[in-house]
Amino acid sequence: MALLQISEPGQSDQPQQRRLAVGIDLGTTNSLVATVRSGVAETLPDEQDQHLLPSVVQYKKDSGCVVGEAAKANAAVDPFNTIVSVKRFMGRGIADIKHLGGQLPHEFVSTAESGLLRIRTVAGDKTPVEISAEILRVLRSRAETALGGELQGVVITVPAYFDEAQRQATKDAGKLAGLNVLRLLNEPTAAAVAYGLDKQAEGIIAVYDLGGGTFDISILRLNKGVFEVLATGGDTALGGDDFDRLIAAWILQQAGIGADAGQGYLRQLLQHACRAKENLSVQAQTPLDIPLPDGGRWQGELTRSQLQRLVEPLIQKTLLSCRRALRDAQLAVSDISAVVMVGGSTRMLRVREKAAEFFGTTPLVDVDPDKVVAIGAALQADVLVGNNSESDMLLLDVIPLSLGLETMGGLVEKIIPRNTTIPVARAQEFTTFKDGQTAMSIHVVQGERELISDCRSLARFSLHGIPPMVAGAGRIRVTFQVDADGLLSVSACEQTTGAQSGIQVKPSYGLTDSEIEQMLRDSMAHAQDDVAARALREQQVEADRVIEAVVAALAVDGALLTHLEREVIDRAVTQLQQLRQGNDHRAIKSGIDALDKATQDFAARRMDRSVKQALTGQRINDFINP
Amino acid sequence: MAITLTTKAAERVKGFLANRGKGDGLRLGVKTTGCSGMAYVLEFVDSADTSDQMFESQGVKIFVDPKSLIYLDGTELDFTKEGLNEGFKFNNPNVKATCGCGESFNV
Repeated sequence: MALLQISEPGQSDQPQQRRLAVGIDLGTTNSLVATVRSGVAETLPDEQDQHLLPSVVQYKKDSGCVVGEAAKANAAVDPFNTIVSVKRFMGRGIADIKHLGGQLPHEFVSTAESGLLRIRTVAGDKTPVEISAEILRVLRSRAETALGGELQGVVITVPAYFDEAQRQATKDAGKLAGLNVLRLLNEPTAAAVAYGLDKQAEGIIAVYDLGGGTFDISILRLNKGVFEVLATGGDTALGGDDFDRLIAAWILQQAGIGADAGQGYLRQLLQHACRAKENLSVQAQTPLDIPLPDGGRWQGELTRSQLQRLVEPLIQKTLLSCRRALRDAQLAVSDISAVVMVGGSTRMLRVREKAAEFFGTTPLVDVDPDKVVAIGAALQADVLVGNNSESDMLLLDVIPLSLGLETMGGLVEKIIPRNTTIPVARAQEFTTFKDGQTAMSIHVVQGERELISDCRSLARFSLHGIPPMVAGAGRIRVTFQVDADGLLSVSACEQTTGAQSGIQVKPSYGLTDSEIEQMLRDSMAHAQDDVAARALREQQVEADRVIEAVVAALAVDGALLTHLEREVIDRAVTQLQQLRQGNDHRAIKSGIDALDKATQDFAARRMDRSVKQALTGQRINDFINP
Repeated sequence: MAITLTTKAAERVKGFLANRGKGDGLRLGVKTTGCSGMAYVLEFVDSADTSDQMFESQGVKIFVDPKSLIYLDGTELDFTKEGLNEGFKFNNPNVKATCGCGESFNV
């Protein structure tokens, strides 16, 4: 069976309709997708248990494209068709990226009419929007496999400094990937949301984001749940990669290797440097064992204090940006109430220490700095699709008693359960009960009991114009809508013809509080009776349906039966008709089974005949080449 | 009879409750639905109703309203992982049939 997640109180009224929503951190180097399950926001891994998806797309000549780790591995081999850091081109024209052009392997083309930028690949010219959509598509399918359903909406994060064009391009990429983009969220805001800072009334928050290749500082003001970006700053060419380069240079010097060692060797050295840096976040020193270009090995040790001396100038540079951002916002360091650390490089203890020293407050580091933005986006997406009413700023009223409608046999089908917050709209599909049914009477009721006679009738209306079809083929969508004023409107729509009908009622009209309470108490007291009554009615309805189908079939194809066979079926029908009058639902069930058995042969013969009729007069070729 | 949790489910529920920062326990219930009769309800509980039945299993409080209990008595709640998807599973001895998608069931 399907696996379930725990919902917030009162939110699981429509278990199948829990809306799947995710947050996506579409990063320059890596991208992530996160969602809220059982009240906990977490990032979703792929089959290899990797949470980070490298934001790298490689186009193949005629077989689509590769995204992620595989594409990243090919970046050196196939630089022209492998696009790294596409985020830098989002919403940019050819003029904007001229200053980057010299260092990039790609051939850029500009479309004459829009001035938009395209990158020439073997698979054709691609816009940054198309390339980003490929990354989003991979995250989408990962999320849909993990959550087992189609996504209702996503929140995608963008840097706070993104302008309208860049934001629009990001939104377009989402649309192209088949996603319903509920909102774009600023990355620093998402990080603040992940730490629950949006629950505070007000404050000034600094978000220090040191990633692999870029550094961003954002100063946010929170006021009554609204985040306002006061200032942003940073350095687009400063990140963890620079730290690695410094360490690698230090190793070269210590090991006495000439700077003329090959490119491949230097890349290998950078990986060693990166690993040493990561080790020093947990240990005070780390041993180094580096292969030399001449085939020998060099062994040494890097201590935390040595590393600190190496990277000190770079950290100072980030703090300079922080100071500038504060000045832009016309604030003093003492105005900052919280500092949020984002990006893998903030795992370095020295970075945390220096940030704490600068801002005079301990930075928030509990949430994985690689995932914090995606997690904040997921929390926001969860609220936006309506899974978490508690975080809703405007908690409105609730409906006091369930609203539903009458189905066959005088049973109640609840459409909106009690205690649902309004405004609300819920729809459910119903089918026709009889062959050739052209109208449906809709009886709207209110109450908690299972039988229509125990609930309060609110309104009746009918839907006409259903085209004649066999029972069960017509699909009628009934929508219940309660607006913020508690006004209920019910509409029914036949799906094939679009025939429509509706009515408006005020549901709680004329009911006092004590009457409502009495109705609720009755529903508890009569729970056992109601269950039995429901079972009986369901079997009675089923019996009626079966009898009707058999009688109709006998009228059409009765000739297929011998006199004796006919008698057996007739007897079973009569017996079921008698049982149906009684109130033992098990007996009715056995009567239905008996009739079912008695007519099995008859049904098979009817099937044979209709197949024969369909085939008669046709040539074999008609079926082979339709 | 009673409602119970497996060790794995209990651990998860405790984790979720701790993470959420509030809540008395877990609510199990059923709701009538279109597809094949009933569907399960699984919620956190912030304040129990006076009519709720309370069970305690593996240190987790489980609340069930009297209407749902008729359908759920004897149920064991488990936590399992199926591929990338993970979640809770009802092992309900009362179930006679489930619909194709497994979301709803009949007693």
